[in-house]
Amino acid sequence: MEFTKEEKQKVAHLRTRYPDARSLTLPLMWMIQKREGYVSNEAVDLITEELDIPKIWVDEVRSWYTMFSEEQEGKYVLEVCSNITCAIMGSQDIIDHICKTLKLKVGETTADGMFTLKTAECLGSCGTAPMMQVGDDYYEMLDEEKVNHILGDLGKGKKYEQQPQEWVEYK
Amino acid sequence: MKQYRTHCLVCTGTGCVSNHAFDIKTALESEIIKQGLKDEVTVIATGCNGFCERGPVMVVQPENIFYQELKEKDIPFLVEEHFLKGRPVEKMMYVPPKEEAVIPKMSDIEFFKHQLLVVLRNRGRIDPEKIDEYIGYDGYRALGKALTEMKPEQIIEEVKTAGLRGRGGAGFPTGIKWGFCEQAEEDTKYLICNADEGDPGAFMDRSILEADPHAVLEGMVIGAKAIGAQEGFIYVRDEYPLALRRINIAIEQATEYGLLGENILGSGFNFKLNVVRGGGAFVCGEETALIASIEGEVGRPKPRPPYPAQKGLWGKPTNNNNVETWANVPQIILRGGGWFASLGTKESKGTKVFSLVGKVNNTGLVEVPMGTTLRTIVFDIGGGVLKGKKFKAVQSGGPSGGCVPESLIDLPVDFEKLTEAGAIMGSGGLIVMDEDTCMVDVAKYFVEFLEEESCGKCNPCREGLKRLKEVLTLITQGKGEAKHLEMLDDIALLMKEASLCALGATAPNPVLTTLKYFREEYEEHIFQRRCRAKVCKDLIMYRIIAEKCTGCQRCVKACPTEAITGPRSQPHNLEESKCIKCGACYEVCKFDAIAGDAIYIE
Ligand SMILES: Cc1cc2nc3c(=O)[nH]c(=O)nc-3n(C[C@H](O)[C@H](O)[C@H](O)COP(=O)(O)O)c2cc1C
Ligand code: FES
Repeated sequence: MEFTKEEKQKVAHLRTRYPDARSLTLPLMWMIQKREGYVSNEAVDLITEELDIPKIWVDEVRSWYTMFSEEQEGKYVLEVCSNITCAIMGSQDIIDHICKTLKLKVGETTADGMFTLKTAECLGSCGTAPMMQVGDDYYEMLDEEKVNHILGDLGKGKKYEQQPQEWVEYK
Repeated sequence: MKQYRTHCLVCTGTGCVSNHAFDIKTALESEIIKQGLKDEVTVIATGCNGFCERGPVMVVQPENIFYQELKEKDIPFLVEEHFLKGRPVEKMMYVPPKEEAVIPKMSDIEFFKHQLLVVLRNRGRIDPEKIDEYIGYDGYRALGKALTEMKPEQIIEEVKTAGLRGRGGAGFPTGIKWGFCEQAEEDTKYLICNADEGDPGAFMDRSILEADPHAVLEGMVIGAKAIGAQEGFIYVRDEYPLALRRINIAIEQATEYGLLGENILGSGFNFKLNVVRGGGAFVCGEETALIASIEGEVGRPKPRPPYPAQKGLWGKPTNNNNVETWANVPQIILRGGGWFASLGTKESKGTKVFSLVGKVNNTGLVEVPMGTTLRTIVFDIGGGVLKGKKFKAVQSGGPSGGCVPESLIDLPVDFEKLTEAGAIMGSGGLIVMDEDTCMVDVAKYFVEFLEEESCGKCNPCREGLKRLKEVLTLITQGKGEAKHLEMLDDIALLMKEASLCALGATAPNPVLTTLKYFREEYEEHIFQRRCRAKVCKDLIMYRIIAEKCTGCQRCVKACPTEAITGPRSQPHNLEESKCIKCGACYEVCKFDAIAGDAIYIE
């Protein structure tokens, strides 16, 4: 595994920003996760080599932060908030419904590799609970019908509803 | 700038966007062109208006008409009636719960009437992606003043006069903190904006960054000047894509305008800002953990002292403030510390942004002067409890906070009063709970959350949370014993005394406040095996009320485990051993014939 030319430029830019190399661990890991969907062992090696720091530092970051995954996940990762506000507004029903519809359990990926179901802690959208995040998109005020639409549309490869322009990526 | 007769301020906060706000905006724009109004009416995409509950929403200025729950198909009618014929459309206006007459003007709606917007002053009014609009409403004037007319000590003095206290949770006086860092004798100093918001129920920081990112930037540049910092970092939670986008755009535009970067406003002062994306860990909100995270380490808190003001980022003096704290700064400099200090209570000045969520009619962000009562917030602004249910408690302060019961509803909300009540201000999440919420379950919830999020470094926090969870789980499963209540108290005390950081030290608060105010619910779980809110599945039993059942068979179809049987038109049978207590039958029953009832175990 290697960095693309473009990524290398970004790395060079990031180096100017921090006084030491270790600080680049998270940004580089983001970069790889964004491209590959997860952070493989090779990716850890790549970052270790690029930054010339002990491997355990990189390994530890990957496993400690919840946002980095060590395995290939579904094309769409459904992160249903199960925190307190969503819970009192019915997130468990939403989770159960997704499990039933996609025939999986929390933490699993569908056989066709389309969906992974996860639960998340409060995503700061409690005013419109229950909610879930898929990639960069929030889906709020969920009910079973809305979930069916969302899953149906995502399954066909399109977004459930028009979203604003692509969010800018990490700079 | 071009002048228009009418401005349509369409909310494009996250809540409205997920309810198709962008489709509404597009539809409005094309309809306005179609009806030949393009030179008279303009459409502006604004940050969160606050009234997410009714989204998508739009405010029409200058008349101040508030439209809610907009649908794409109604747009042509709306444009024709209101903008062409001058007849505002009642059908899309706000009707208060349980009333019939519409309230056309935004300023007359209870939700907005009691609010005082300082931090959120630009919400629903400007397009956060356009710096010109921010400047149009006095934006960056405070910065001009701070850079050209004020000495660093004067800026710090002004913030001290204002009595501004940190909005990130602890409420430490901001001016004093700046003073510490200013005093540190080092050439390199850093600023941090803490936008790792992770308190369950709180989303004001996200909204501020989404709705008015320049206010935060301006505050930071002023702070940098006061403290003598050359570089700053905004640490944003990874799960906030829109906030990340807007803050990046704001930095770009401000740099272009010479308000950030080298030689700001020709004053010779330099300040650079970077955005750092968090890794999804609640504990990274704690400032020493946050600093570790920027440095590329895992986010484990470190013992203080040394405080960041002496040794922070890369060992240099560092000043960290919360998003909302920074956003208050420009207004203080512009309007004076005295003005700010005239708002609020004796010890807590200014306003506070709260996110009002849970079982309340109007959810959303509200900003009120410190000292406003919980009653005003929950009942006047929030419109009371959903579906007319009975109010039980408000959870304030997230996992370090506590539940305030109904008997304290007239409590004026400020740092001191909330702490006295056993809760804390925290970042400002207010979760309303009704009779259907089980307080033991709530306590268990927060404990589980913190157990997940504890960094695992110190023993009292790591093990204490595990034990708390075990005991609470036993109680909710109907296996509670009298000694458990005492155990909860003991574990809580130990954690308070011995934990390394505030996460562990405040973690028992949700347990302690529920024990204090809702002890009878714990006792019912333990001694009567009863959950009055009908939440704890092991303590409830579904049974069919034969006198009411008409034998319609709806529940028979709904039951996933075939626990309900019975011929049509005769009272059905519910076999307890097969019942998994999913509640599906309860949901579909039209005759109130199935009731979740508490079990009594001899
Ligand atoms: C577990 C834990 C989580 C925290 N999370 C946040 C947070 O999300 N945002 C925040 O501003 N402060 C958070 N804090 C408080 C910070 O440590 C720090 O006090 C605050 O950012 C200082 O800013 P202020 O003086 O403007 O309030 C947290 C503290 C702890 C112990
Ligand atoms: S509790 Fe689910 S978004 Fe906050």
